[in-house]
Parts: sequence; structure tokens; C-alpha cells
Amino acid sequence: MNDMRLTRRDVDMNDIKISAKGVQVHYGDTHAIKDVNVDIRDKTVTAFIGPSGCGKSTFLRCLNRMNDTIDICRVTGEIALDGEDIYDKRVDPVQLRAKVGMVFQKPNPFPKSIYDNIAYGPRIHGLAKNKADLDDIVEKSLRRGAIWNEVKDRLHSPGTGLSGGQQQRLCIARAIATEPEVLLMDEPCSALDPIATLQVEELIDELRENFSVVIVTHSMQQAARVSQKTAFFHLGNLVEYGDTEQIFTNPKDERTESYITGRIG
Amino acid sequence: MTETSMNTPSGSLFAQDERTKKRNAAEKRFRMFGLAAIATGLLFLVILLTSILSSGLGAFQQTFINVPVYLDEAKLDKNGNRDIEDIKKVSTFGYNPLIQQAIFDSVTEQGIETPLAKAKDMKALLSASAAAQLRDDVIANPDLIGQTVTFRILASADVDGYLKGRVTRESVARDKNTDAAHLDLVDELRDAGVIKKSFNWAFITGADASESRPEQAGMGVSMVGSFFMMLVVLFLALPIGVAASIYLEEFAPQNKWTDLIEVNISNLAAVPSIVFGILGLAVFIQFAHLPQSAPIVGGLVLTLMTLPTIIISTRASLKAVPPSIRDAALGIGASKMQSVFHHVLPLAMPGILTGTIIGLAQALGETAPLLLIGMVGYIATDMPDGFFGGFLDPNSAMPAQIYEWAKRADPAYYERAWGGIIILLVFLLTMNIIAVILRRRFERRW
Amino acid sequence: MPLLWLVLIVLGLAAFGYVAGRASALKTANGDARLLHSLPSYYGYNVVLKVLAPAFLLLVLILIIQPTIINKSVSGMIPESEIGEGSSRGLVMAEVRRTADGLDNAVAAGVMDKEAARVLTTGSADVTQILKDAGQIVTNDITQPVLEAAQRYRVMNGAGNWLRAGAVILIALAGFFWAMKESHTEFRARNSVEKGVLAILIAGASVAVLTTIGIILSLIFNTIEFFRLYPALDFFTLLEWAPSFSGRGGSSSLGILPLLWGTLYISLVALLVAVPVGLFAAIYLSEYAGPKTRAFAKPLLEVLAGIPTIVYGLFALLTVGPLLLSVFGDDSGLGWMQGQRAVLTAGIAMGIMLIPFVSSLSDDIINAVPQALRDGSYGLGATKSETIKQVVLPAALPGIVGAVLLAASRAIGETMIVVMGAGAAAKLSLNPFEAMTTVTAKIVSQLTGDSDFASPEALVAFALGMSLFVITLAINIFALFIVRKYREQYD
Repeated sequence: MNDMRLTRRDVDMNDIKISAKGVQVHYGDTHAIKDVNVDIRDKTVTAFIGPSGCGKSTFLRCLNRMNDTIDICRVTGEIALDGEDIYDKRVDPVQLRAKVGMVFQKPNPFPKSIYDNIAYGPRIHGLAKNKADLDDIVEKSLRRGAIWNEVKDRLHSPGTGLSGGQQQRLCIARAIATEPEVLLMDEPCSALDPIATLQVEELIDELRENFSVVIVTHSMQQAARVSQKTAFFHLGNLVEYGDTEQIFTNPKDERTESYITGRIG
Repeated sequence: MTETSMNTPSGSLFAQDERTKKRNAAEKRFRMFGLAAIATGLLFLVILLTSILSSGLGAFQQTFINVPVYLDEAKLDKNGNRDIEDIKKVSTFGYNPLIQQAIFDSVTEQGIETPLAKAKDMKALLSASAAAQLRDDVIANPDLIGQTVTFRILASADVDGYLKGRVTRESVARDKNTDAAHLDLVDELRDAGVIKKSFNWAFITGADASESRPEQAGMGVSMVGSFFMMLVVLFLALPIGVAASIYLEEFAPQNKWTDLIEVNISNLAAVPSIVFGILGLAVFIQFAHLPQSAPIVGGLVLTLMTLPTIIISTRASLKAVPPSIRDAALGIGASKMQSVFHHVLPLAMPGILTGTIIGLAQALGETAPLLLIGMVGYIATDMPDGFFGGFLDPNSAMPAQIYEWAKRADPAYYERAWGGIIILLVFLLTMNIIAVILRRRFERRW
Repeated sequence: MPLLWLVLIVLGLAAFGYVAGRASALKTANGDARLLHSLPSYYGYNVVLKVLAPAFLLLVLILIIQPTIINKSVSGMIPESEIGEGSSRGLVMAEVRRTADGLDNAVAAGVMDKEAARVLTTGSADVTQILKDAGQIVTNDITQPVLEAAQRYRVMNGAGNWLRAGAVILIALAGFFWAMKESHTEFRARNSVEKGVLAILIAGASVAVLTTIGIILSLIFNTIEFFRLYPALDFFTLLEWAPSFSGRGGSSSLGILPLLWGTLYISLVALLVAVPVGLFAAIYLSEYAGPKTRAFAKPLLEVLAGIPTIVYGLFALLTVGPLLLSVFGDDSGLGWMQGQRAVLTAGIAMGIMLIPFVSSLSDDIINAVPQALRDGSYGLGATKSETIKQVVLPAALPGIVGAVLLAASRAIGETMIVVMGAGAAAKLSLNPFEAMTTVTAKIVSQLTGDSDFASPEALVAFALGMSLFVITLAINIFALFIVRKYREQYD
């Protein structure tokens, strides 16, 4: 498996967006992530799958240093974004997170209007020159979030009033609005019904054109549907990483096979 | 995947851009505001405690004059037969000259030069209570008459204040009793060891004194008043509060009446305490004709005031007992009432007691309602008579006593008021520590 | 102490009842407790409850009603002529009660026998002197009608006490026999006792409602009485507060507005101190501070909340006031401040008192904001302060408004600090260095001292209390409503 990845890296070197080497994560005394090496490519949807508690979400939160907000969490190893170590002392997590956006498990719109939800990121990062510019950004983001048609008439009503699926697409649009390079999604559909899930999945597929998307999911079908690359985590280890098709049809590791076929998890 | 990136290529992560620098500066500023707020709060606490201690500790020291007094038989017992009734006939006016003479003799004996040439001039050094103190001793032990006995006599408030730095030469310039010559004399007598400061037990155990004798005033009687009030509060508020909480938490059906009680309790907790004073005045004194200034009335008013606090904390501790305990008891055939009284209540007891102690502490420090039921203004000079007297005899209470002293607008009484606060805070601190210990020791987490 | 004896007798009967009820139930079961419906002790408790509950209920009822009846009947004996200028029936009645107490004391002290006390007339002896000798404080010379009324008062009270004892013991006995008859195997003693206990619990819960009713009644009756003597319109609209000290009404101006202004101004100063400090402290503690700082700073701040208001009052009077005076007074050359008592003095001390109140309430409220919202903001690259200012605080705003309102209601109702720090003269002024007075301070000053309770100058305190109660109640209800709504939003 290691060999395989090495060869792939040789081929796709230019496309690598995030490269993690020897990442270890400790929560207090718990060793949550054990020596994970992975290269995430640009303009690709990468899915992290694995049974719950396997560390896939924890690892995802390392990629934009969301774990910094948890006092007892300690991350070692190297994670590079475009070749720059994001855990370097000189890196400001605030600047990093503007480049690596995140969408969460439960839709979490701010208790503000739809417009203000989207405008929040551009405002804090100073992306808009003026009001018209901001309006443009909001509209563009909502369009790219595939929710524009549903909310264009009520931009100033509260974002919390939308349905679950709409809220999640609003949150995705909110994350897009800051023009990130990577979009991390932590089980973005787990709180949604099947129709809303489908809409979000279609959206993720479109997002691939512009971003590198990393999605954590507990649904193998979803991983198979939306991703080009899949990483399988188990007990804090990255067991197998490869093309989605290969992982689901011809897994190399028997733990992956057991999980895919439903024997563990 | 081969399309060119739409994203504008942004700078390296290692270099902070201008905007981020600004934002981080704002972040730092905001954090400093927070820290400054905490520091301000703590600073206020420090200032408060320092001014309490620095102004109040003096009250625990009192200046005494140690002087041998010749108890002249010719003045105190003219008939010479030590008949107690005869001795009682001599009022304190008979004793004053003896003490003044004794101090004057002492001054001469020490060879101190002073422009105060007469024994009468010594009056300003003495507390007005000195004569009474001597008279009481003589009446208690008539055999002392004719002897020279060394007494430890209270010095006047001015002398006491001079030794504590409260009274200065500038301030006595306006004083009609004491003048600079007295202060010179005090200096000499202090060096000679006649005038000495020592620990003031009378402040802790003694009674209030009249406005002109701050040196004699003590907290003792008002402490007894507070004690009896707290007894009333404890024995009324605890059972009523627990009964109300058990009903609301375990039995009350969801209906209008329950809602009404709930709303009532949360509002009563926020009603200004002075309103409880009005209630006490109108209901207990005007309507029920209970005696004014009596600890029982104070206790009743404070009970009503403390009740919401106790109910709220009791309900919280009842709520903290997991339903599985109730289910277990009900499951083996206990009635609802049995499950509550045999299982839930004992488990909730530490929390209930903690809440009660905190409620009591709150009641102990409350002053405003006591103003209206006459516990301020009553000068508590005598210990109450027996157990029932403790409830019914007019008395003061610790905070009321402190207020009374603060009202007298005399620096000597201000010192007493601060000292009284120290005593009050020691009680509150003790109660709170007991509550914390109870909570730490017995409270279980489910 | 006949009342004490009565209570002891009833308690004794109850104790005996416990033993008897238990034994009687066991006897019907031939000593086999298993045959009883309930545990034997429940039969005992059943008797106890049925003895105590009705007897004490009756006793309390009589204790409330008896004085009213006697007062009414005795006060009818006093002729109008006896009620002097500037006096009232209530004052004369107080004199009657004092005389009656004095007669009791005189009898107890052995100065006269019971018969003599009953037939005593002002003509035959100097009653005033006798009573004074017996240790009773009497203010006026006792006149014949007052003495007669006092004698009648004693007779009625004596008879009333006997009647009371008889009725209470009778009902206790009735309860005893009723319960004893029930003490047999078939009787469901446990259910009966539990019903009784439940009734007691409900009674306990009702005390809160009774207290509120008591507050409202005592305020309303006296307020109505006040408005009978003083026009309500003047009270609510006059811009002047100047009670006359002669004890006569008429010349007094009793307008609540200057007092309300002082109250609100001082509360505003207090909130200006407490809200920024308390809120920022809460933000720092909940968002920035590590567990160690939190464990150290939070309890220390809460010490401020445990300190009684009298301490803050003294602090205002003797520390804050002189300090402000030395900075803003004549000595420093500014000359803005004339005396130690001022709006600022009271306001600052009150603000310090409210800091922990604001901070702990805000702390709870900020902690209730879901972490998901913070994560969402951090995930977009917001800094902590941006997250707090633009996400957490707006989300917590309703709760914080509620907390500030509760603090405001505290400030408005606070008494000791303003009594000691704010001053005594009512003023409508904007100058924070001036002494002003508040509603609570005036309630205290009008109800303490020697004023006559029937005069408008004293009764106005109840109208002030009513206004205070209504204002704080409205604020509290509104604040609690907001806080509750806020909590529901995130539950």
C-alpha cells in the first residue's frame, strides 16, 4: 500500500494540496491519531471513512487547526498546505482557516439574517471593497451553494428559519464565501433527510471544480458517490488510501474489506 | 481537475498580511479588556477588604488605664457597717472624684509635668462608664471599701482614638473636653505604662452603649439578637422550604396553581428586601400586634425573605437525584411518598443543608427589613431574659447594630461599625466554608 | 404562658395518640402486624395528624381573629372626645393595650390583686403612677374611659383565652377519637397519612403565594388609606418632595418623581460600573481563561456577592465618599462635589455590589451559546474576539439583556447603600456629584422615627413601597421571561 501511494505521488506531485507526514494526535492521555501519512490532491473530493471513533473527524480538524480550540489536544508531525507547514510557529490559524474552510456535522447558521451569515466571512477578512461588491459575493456564494433560488427573496430573514438541508447548504455557501482553497466537511449530511442529502451531494460534486474537498462520512455509499479518493481510518490508523473505485471494489487491506462488507464498524 | 484555479493565489501562510496583523491586535486588545475587567473586580474586592480590615481591626483593641484607686470609706459607706443598701445609695457621682484623684495621684507620683493642675482635669481621660464599673465592683464585693485596689478602667474615646491615630492634635482643637495638654499627658502615661492598649473582649461580648460612650459599645447583645432570629429562620424556613420543594418537584401536577406557585417563588426571590420589611411592619406589627424590635418578628420577616432561596436550592438538589432511584423504590412496591421520604430526601440532604446555610448567611447580613420593624434605633444594652425573652424582648441584630453605629456620625463609632463588620463577615465566612465543606464531602455526582 | 401550655397539651395528646393508635390497631389484628393494611406506625401517625392538624389550624385562625374582634369591640367604648387633637383611634387603642399590659404586670408583681385591677378607677387611685411603678411605660395620663376600655380589654382577652383553650382542646380530642375509631385492620392508614402529608406539603408550597398576597394586601390597604388623605394625582405628578415635619398633613408636598429620578440615576451609575466590568469579566472567564484562572477568579469575584449590603453602605459612606470628595471636592480645586453623599458615591458602591451578579448571570448565558456556533465562526477564520463580538454576544444578547434588567431591578430595590451613601434631600438634577435620595431611602425615613402611622407623611411610604414593588415586579417578570425564552432557544 505504501508503494502504491509513493508511485501515485510521483505522478501527481503538482496537484498535491495538503500533505500530512507522521501526524500524531493526543487528547489528554488518549492517543487518537497514530502516525498518519496522507496526500490530499487539489480539485478532488477525498472521503475519509471508517467506524465511529476511528479518528477521521479528529484528523479532519487537524487540517485547519480547529483542534487548537480544545485545550487538551496536542498535534505532532507535519501537515503542509502548498508545501508550508501549517503547524509552523509563524502561521496564524486565522489566516489558515480563511484558506481551509470548514462545514460541520450539524448545520450551524449564526442567529443572523441569511445575508449576514454569508457576508460574515468576507467582512472579517475584508474581501469586499464596498456594499455592491459584498452583495455580489453573497449572491455568487449562494449560487455556488445551490441555494440562491430558494432564498433570494428573503435574504434578510434569519438563517435559523430555513430547513435542515437549506441550512447546511447555507453553511456551505458561507464557507465558500471566503474563497477558501480547501473545504473540509465533517459528516455534512448526517443530520439531513435523504432528499436534502442528495442536494448537498450534488453540490459537493460541483464544488470539485474549484476546490479541494475533504469529506468525512460514515456512509460508504456517500463516499462512493461523491469522492474520487478514499481514505479508510481504523482505531486512529490510516489503514488504506487510494482511488475510491479501487477501495470499494478491490481493497488491499483485510480491515478495509471487513468494513466495506459490513463486518466491522 | 485540469482547470486553472479560480482562487486568487494568496500569499504564504508564513507571512502575516496587514489585515491579519490588525485583527490580531484587536484580538489582543479585546483580551486585555477582559483581563482588565477581572482585575478591576478583584481590585474592588481588595480595596473593600483592606478598608474593612484597616478601619475595623482597631475596634478589637481598647485603651485602658491601670490605676490603683483608694476606695474611701468616708465617701462610699458613711455608716461603715457595709450595709449593701447603703452602699447602693451612693451613685456613680460619688465614685468619679475617687477615680480622678487616683489618676491625678498616679500622674504626680510618676513625676509628670502637666499644666492640668486639678484632679477634675483628669475627667477627659476617663470613659463615662468608669464610675459605673467601680460601683458595680464595690457592690459585688463591699469588702473592697477602705482598700486601695488597682482597677483596669476604660479610657475615654478621645484617648483611645489618640493612641490609634484617629484623634490628632489638630482635631482636638475643636474638642471641648479634651485639649492638647491631655494628649501630652497621655503620651507620658503611655510611656509610664499606666495607659495601655489591650485586646477588647468587651467589644465582642458587650452591649451597645449610649451615644457618648463609644469606648464601651460592643456587639454581644446584638449577636444574641441575630442568633435568635436565625433560630426562627432555621426552624421555619427549612421545614417549609423543604415541604414546598418536595411538593413542587415530586408531586405537583402540571396545572395553573402549580404555575402560579412557580412564578411566585421566582418573583419573591427578586422582590426588594425593603418590601419584606413593609410586609413585616404591616402584618406582624400593625395587624398581629407582635412586639416591635423583637427577634421573633425579624426572624419571621427574614424567613419569608429566605424561603425562595432555600426552595430554589432544595429543588435543584432534589432534581439532581436521578429518577432511577425513585423507580427502584416504586418498583419494589413503595408508595410515592415512601420513595421520596426514604430515598430521595436523604440523598438530597447535603444539597438542601448547603442551600439552607447559604440562605441563613444571606438572612444574617440583611439589614433593610429590620429598619422597618424597629430593630434599628433600639439600643440593645441588656441581654435578653431567658429563652423566650430571646425571641420576644426587644433587641438589635448584628447588621442593625452596625447601621446604628454608622448613623451616630462619630469617628469612634465608625471604628466600631467597621469592627462589627469584621465580626459579621467572620460569621458569614464560617457559614460559607461549612457549606463548601458539606458540598465537597457529601455531594455525589450521578 | 397559657398559649405555650395549650400547645404542649395538644402535642402531649398527639404523642399519646401515636402510642394508642398503634396499639389499638395491633390489638384488632391480634398482635399480628401482617394482618394490618399498613405498617402499625402509620396508624399511630394517623392519630397524630388528626389531632395536630385541625387543632393547630383552629389555633392559628383564632390567634388571627381574636385580636381583631376584641380591638373592634373595645375601641367602640372610646368616646370621640377621648381622641385628642392630632391623635387617632389607633393611638388611643395602643394606649389602652399598654394600660392593660400594665394592669397585668401590676397584678403579676403583686401590687394589686385581680379584683382590684378590675374595679380600679382613676378617681380612687393614681393609676398612671401605679402602672409606672409596675414597670409599664405609659405616655399620657390615663383617663377613665381608657382605663375602662383597658379593663374591658383584659376581661375579653381573659375570656377569649379560655374559650380558645377549650375550643382547641375539644377539636384535638375529637380528632383523637375519630382517628382511634379508624385504628383497625381494614383501615388504609398509610393512604390516609400520605394524604395528610401531601396536604402539609401543599400548605408549605402555598406559603410563597400567601407571602405575595400578604405583601400586596399590606401595600394596597395602606396605599388606599394614603390616597384618601393625599391626592393621588399630586403623588404621581408633583416635582417636589417636601414632607412637613409638624406631623400635620396639608403643607407636605409628596411627589414621587424626584425620588424616582434619584433611584433611576443612581441605578444607572451602578449599571455603568457593573455591566462593563461584569460582562467583560464573564467573557474573559468563559472564553479565554484557563481552568486555573477560572477556579481562582470566579469564586473571588463571587465573594463580592456574598458581602451584605450594609458593608457596601458603610464602604460608600466612609471610603468611596471621602475618596470622591478628595478628587472632585474643594480640596482638589475642582469644587464639583460638596458633600460625601452623592449619586456617584452610592452608584459606585452599588455597582461594585452588582459586578458578580452581572458576571455570573452572563457567564451562564454565554456558556449556553452552543459550541457549534463558535466552531462555525472559527472554521471561517474568525478570531476569538470576532467570534465573541459578532456571533456569541449577538446570540446571547436576549439573555444578557435579561441579566442586566435583573441587575437593574436589584439596584432599584437596594436600600442600605442609598440610605447611607446617597443623601436625604430629593432633587431633580443631572449633576452626579449632588446628593439625591431614592424611593427606598424615603420608605425607611418615613417609617422610622416617631411619626404617627395615620399621617400621610408615614402612609406615603406604603405608596412608595407599592410603586417600588410594581416597578421591580414588572422588570423581573419581563427579565425572567426573556431569560426563559433565551434558554428554550438553545435547549
